[in-house]
Amino acid sequence: MMKRTAKGDRSFYICNRILLMVLTLMVLIPLINIVASSFSDPLEVARGHVFLWPSGFSLEGYKAVFNYHGIWLSYLNTIFYTVAGTAINLIMTMFAAYAISRKGVPFRGLITGLFTFTMLFSGGMIPSYILMKDLHILNTRWAMLLPGAISVYNMIIARTFIQNIPTDLWEAAEIDGCSEARFFVNMVIPLSVTLLTVLGLYYAVAHWNSYMDAFLYLSDPDMMPLQIKLRSVLIANSIDQEFMGDESDYEARQSLAELLKYSLIIVSSLPVLVLYPWVKKYFMKGVMLGSLKG
Amino acid sequence: MTQHSLGVRLRRHWQMYLFALLPLIYLIIFKYVPMLGVQIAFKRYNARMGIWGSPWVGLMQFTKFFNSYQFERVLTNTIVLSLYSLVAGFPLPIVLALMMNAERSGRMRSFVQNVTYMPHFISTVVMVGILNQFFNTRYGGFANIWHLFSDGKVPDLLSSATAFTHMYVWSGVWQGMGWGSIIYMAALSNVDETLHEAAMIDGASRLQRIFCIDFPAIIPTITITLILRCGHLMGIGFDKVYLMQNNLNLNASEVISTYVYKVGLASTTSDFSYSTAISLFNSVVNLILLLIVNTVSRKVGETSLW
Repeated sequence: MMKRTAKGDRSFYICNRILLMVLTLMVLIPLINIVASSFSDPLEVARGHVFLWPSGFSLEGYKAVFNYHGIWLSYLNTIFYTVAGTAINLIMTMFAAYAISRKGVPFRGLITGLFTFTMLFSGGMIPSYILMKDLHILNTRWAMLLPGAISVYNMIIARTFIQNIPTDLWEAAEIDGCSEARFFVNMVIPLSVTLLTVLGLYYAVAHWNSYMDAFLYLSDPDMMPLQIKLRSVLIANSIDQEFMGDESDYEARQSLAELLKYSLIIVSSLPVLVLYPWVKKYFMKGVMLGSLKG
Repeated sequence: MTQHSLGVRLRRHWQMYLFALLPLIYLIIFKYVPMLGVQIAFKRYNARMGIWGSPWVGLMQFTKFFNSYQFERVLTNTIVLSLYSLVAGFPLPIVLALMMNAERSGRMRSFVQNVTYMPHFISTVVMVGILNQFFNTRYGGFANIWHLFSDGKVPDLLSSATAFTHMYVWSGVWQGMGWGSIIYMAALSNVDETLHEAAMIDGASRLQRIFCIDFPAIIPTITITLILRCGHLMGIGFDKVYLMQNNLNLNASEVISTYVYKVGLASTTSDFSYSTAISLFNSVVNLILLLIVNTVSRKVGETSLW
């Protein structure tokens, strides 16, 4: 009897592993295809000869990206929005989370309610647009930093985290006459390094990948973030001719333009890809922190 | 501990309100002022007179939307996309988590995790860019696969209305499946080992243990996730649909949010009031859905959001 179940289990484990491999391959194949193409010869790519291995290895695509000034300008913009935006996010989120973490503070429930209600209902696209216009931050860099200053979801994660700081610490601090502001600076922040890393990465990746705010609120090409530039190259297919230099042959030009897209996908995702193992670890922590409440 | 009067407690915690001040100002300006702005859905907005000065028109904007030929189309597309996403995208992370949990080799498991989580970090623009490259009929990876099985012409999935729905949903599954499984993996890691041991002594196979131990253990997590998903049933986001849209697939790809954008900001005769009315209709339906699902799940099971 025991032997039979063991045998049945063995075939289960084999099937399970095969199915997992199939799923993994389905995720992997498109990614490998993009990477392989990005390292291939432009003409080979344009003729459809590249599948999972570079054909006619070349770095032409990366050279083209490197020479494409519009992309680097937007890259710098995105770095600015990511760094400045994340800094604002962290300060605002920690302030809000700390303020509603302490039991016994009058109106704490009301303030929490004001925050969580915005997760259920929002004014929508046009009223927000009118607001940005009335505040005169339409088409300024502030439009990229202010509207999303706090993600309520992240703020709730932070609040739960702060509430898990042992009450003994609170009480001891109170007896010593430590003010709430000092407690925040001297105790909460040093104890929240993990939290700050998790939230910082959440916010940073969101800024890096965000495209909506720029799309709706910016019009000056010099302020555009990377994702907007990516959209025009990858999706709208509008590629500046300047970067291709002296390439005169039509087919060669078109092929290079196609190759450029593959390399651009890699270059634009590079920071996230490089940080991936690290990002993954902390993102998973964030999911766990968030699910504590659920 | 004695309960102090409100005044004493307010004064004692004044620093807490200082912390709350900046976030509250942000909240009021950027979240609640636009909520007040929603009133233009019941007005005929005029930029010169502003939100408060424009004349009231009652439900005119709503009836205009309900009677327009676009109403049925955008509503159907929105519901089809979100229901299809739910049906296709909801069970897979659960299955994946159960499968990964049953995988005995730790290296294999972390390999699968590393690969399947990765697409989550790809931005929407790059995601749609990848779709455009991969499904290009001349040189895409899909064309390569197609040629392995058939000599025929490669179908153009990027500019067909019927293919759009599938492309949208399955690329979403591709991107979100691994990431969605994390929360179930976390729940599975809390399953008591002794349950498995006891079941093994009773001769239960691994498959039986999945159905009788692992799966019941994650049902509360599944319920919560399902409630949240249902609350967004009409909340098909703007970004991805808009980026995937082209004139050839518009019949299937025009959804409420993209229509709101086109009516409100993209057209030369932009109509702020009409656009806001459509979006308000959408948010209210969403809110009602969330409330219904939450109430039902509280009545039926013990799990609810609040």
